[in-house]
Amino acid sequence: MPLASAAYGDASTISIGLTPVFLDDQLDFLKQFRTYFERRLGRPVIFIQRGSYREVIEMVRSGKVAFAWLCGYPYVRFMHEMKLLAVPLYRGKPLYQSYLIVPKDDHVTQSFSDLKGKVFAYSDPDSNSGFLYPQYSLLRSGEDPGTFFSRNFFTWSHRKVVEAVGVGLAHGGAVDGYVWDTLALAHPELTSATRVVHRSPEFGHPPFVARARISGMDFTAMQKMLLEMPNDPEGAALLKALNLDGFVAGDKHLFDRIAAMVRTVAENRR
Amino acid sequence: MKVQFLADLSLRYKIPLRVIALVLLTAFTVTASMVFREYDESQRGLVAHAAGLGRVLADTLTTPMIHDDLWRAYEVVRTPQQRSSSDFETLSVSVVVVLNTDFRTFVSTQPTRYPLGHNPAERESDFAYVHHRLSTGDATAQLLIEPPNSDYLYMVTPIIAEGVLLGQLVLGYSRQVFTPRLRNLVTRSALVTLLVLTVLLPVSTWWARRLADPLVVLAAAMDQVAGRLPDPTIVPTLASNDEIGRLSHAFRGMLNGLHEKAELERHILVAERLAAVGRLSAGIAHEINNPLGGMLNALNTLRRHGAPDALTEKTVSLLERGLTQIRNTVAALLVEAKVESHPLTAEDIEDIHILVTATTDKKSANFVWHNRVSASLPLPSTLVRQILLNLLLNAVQAIDTGGRVECETRVENNRLVIMVENNGAHIPDDRLPYLFEPFATDRPEGHGLGLWVTYQIVQQLQGEVEVASQPGLTRFVIELPLPEST
Repeated sequence: MPLASAAYGDASTISIGLTPVFLDDQLDFLKQFRTYFERRLGRPVIFIQRGSYREVIEMVRSGKVAFAWLCGYPYVRFMHEMKLLAVPLYRGKPLYQSYLIVPKDDHVTQSFSDLKGKVFAYSDPDSNSGFLYPQYSLLRSGEDPGTFFSRNFFTWSHRKVVEAVGVGLAHGGAVDGYVWDTLALAHPELTSATRVVHRSPEFGHPPFVARARISGMDFTAMQKMLLEMPNDPEGAALLKALNLDGFVAGDKHLFDRIAAMVRTVAENRR
Repeated sequence: MKVQFLADLSLRYKIPLRVIALVLLTAFTVTASMVFREYDESQRGLVAHAAGLGRVLADTLTTPMIHDDLWRAYEVVRTPQQRSSSDFETLSVSVVVVLNTDFRTFVSTQPTRYPLGHNPAERESDFAYVHHRLSTGDATAQLLIEPPNSDYLYMVTPIIAEGVLLGQLVLGYSRQVFTPRLRNLVTRSALVTLLVLTVLLPVSTWWARRLADPLVVLAAAMDQVAGRLPDPTIVPTLASNDEIGRLSHAFRGMLNGLHEKAELERHILVAERLAAVGRLSAGIAHEINNPLGGMLNALNTLRRHGAPDALTEKTVSLLERGLTQIRNTVAALLVEAKVESHPLTAEDIEDIHILVTATTDKKSANFVWHNRVSASLPLPSTLVRQILLNLLLNAVQAIDTGGRVECETRVENNRLVIMVENNGAHIPDDRLPYLFEPFATDRPEGHGLGLWVTYQIVQQLQGEVEVASQPGLTRFVIELPLPEST
């Protein structure tokens, strides 16, 4: 895969870990994205994708990658091991929601509680919208997330949750609302097989983070580039393709609501 | 009724119809065998493809099954449907179902039809059959299962990891995939058959016509035989010597034979009648002649010795003339061949020429004369001359002014041949059989005994008479055998 123009371990190369918090399976788009980064940064850039959030998270924590586009859930858990770089602006706000979706033919389901005993699709165990929020919601309504569904499984990608629910493999699924909305624009045939029955409160949008030991220059250069993306036509075009308005530096308190849910879930597990 | 109609159909139509039937039968048989072969091959191809695919998918499914990773398993089972290469398009899988060892659905490409954790055998008879086969057979062997009365067939592959059976992979294929291919095949052979028929039909029609036409003519002629005999020339002459050629030849021969026989019968009939008439008239003549002679003698005596008065004289004369006329008539009827006569010479014949020339000149006729007899012949000259005279006078009478009369006499095969012909009014066919009967004339003058006498003479000389008459030419040919003794 021509994602890297330089050797993996080259000191001058900037490595960026990606997770399916956006439509990361459009390789052609990724190539444009990376080329843009390289030209703006004047350095080779390498994108690194893995099968689960967990592997990318570990790469940030261990410093193997300089930057990563992660979910807010791992960020609040490993806040001290990484630095917040930038938060995407979606519909003008650095916020997004989790959607509960069901197959289009299901006209009955209104909430999680209607899915008792059914098959449920999560995206990734380290996803806020695709795992943490549904767990939290079930706990809040007094259900045991471990036994509430007859069967649950992970698709390791929000897009695949939409597919699994669309074909009827799962009776319900939890999905990143931003991904669902964007997918509705790019692949309406996938989203049209599903129906959104519940939207969560707004959470901090999955942010770009940097490893803890990042050089100040790299951090600043990268952050500057992201924040300035809407200002040049090419960056604006890429943002449009991402269905984003831009980036803000952000604040860790954006993710307080996620942190609260993490605490609730952890307490219930004890 | 219908069968009879078909059986009665002319060969002209029967042969092309049979050709069509044969072509259709052949086309049907060939197509059927091709369809069968195609179906067999398609099925074999499908089975091979399904077996290979089943093994690959089963191997790939082991890890997701061990990990209970539903999504990965789903991604594996849906791959064959996502990639439909054109070659295997018709062989694409209809449904894939992965079953646990307890025959419950682990995953399938149609999750709503086969819900997770349910036993599909409880819902679908096909799966009940598959379940039955699996539970009775070797569960670790790949099986092709064809449930009875089902549109689907199933390739069942065991999913085995490290010797442990994890479940069964069921690939369902619709038999319908063969239909378009088979339909295409049938359409194609129907077109070819039609093409062959369009070529064969005119050829077979032509061929049938060639074959049937002589038979049709023969059959029509055969139908006529019962009524009036058809002319043998209506039978076509064929160059071939096959059965039809031989039949045609034989039929023509038969017609000829029948014609000859009919001719002979007519001759015999005429001859017999004439003989009967001859016997009758001879008998009557004899019976009349005796008293007639007596009566004439008596009248003679009366005249000579009776000194009759004028009235009696007149009456006697009247009686005498009447009786003489009767005698002459009777004498004419009673042809006596045993008249003393000298042998026939060329001069005797030439005399007739001179005699008749006087008559022909009156009609300005063209009288052609060929006497090829030079030596004297052992035939009674008086009788032969009478024949010649009778025939020639008749001929002259028949012609119009300026007509033609021809006479030829010659010796041939020890026979004297007399041929007399004229171009006058011909003798109608219906009169021919009665031509030689006495008083059978239709002419106002003459008593109609000329031909009768001629016939009687010829009969007594053991000769033959032949008459042929058609408009413009009437010909009498008489043949008289020359006696052996001289």
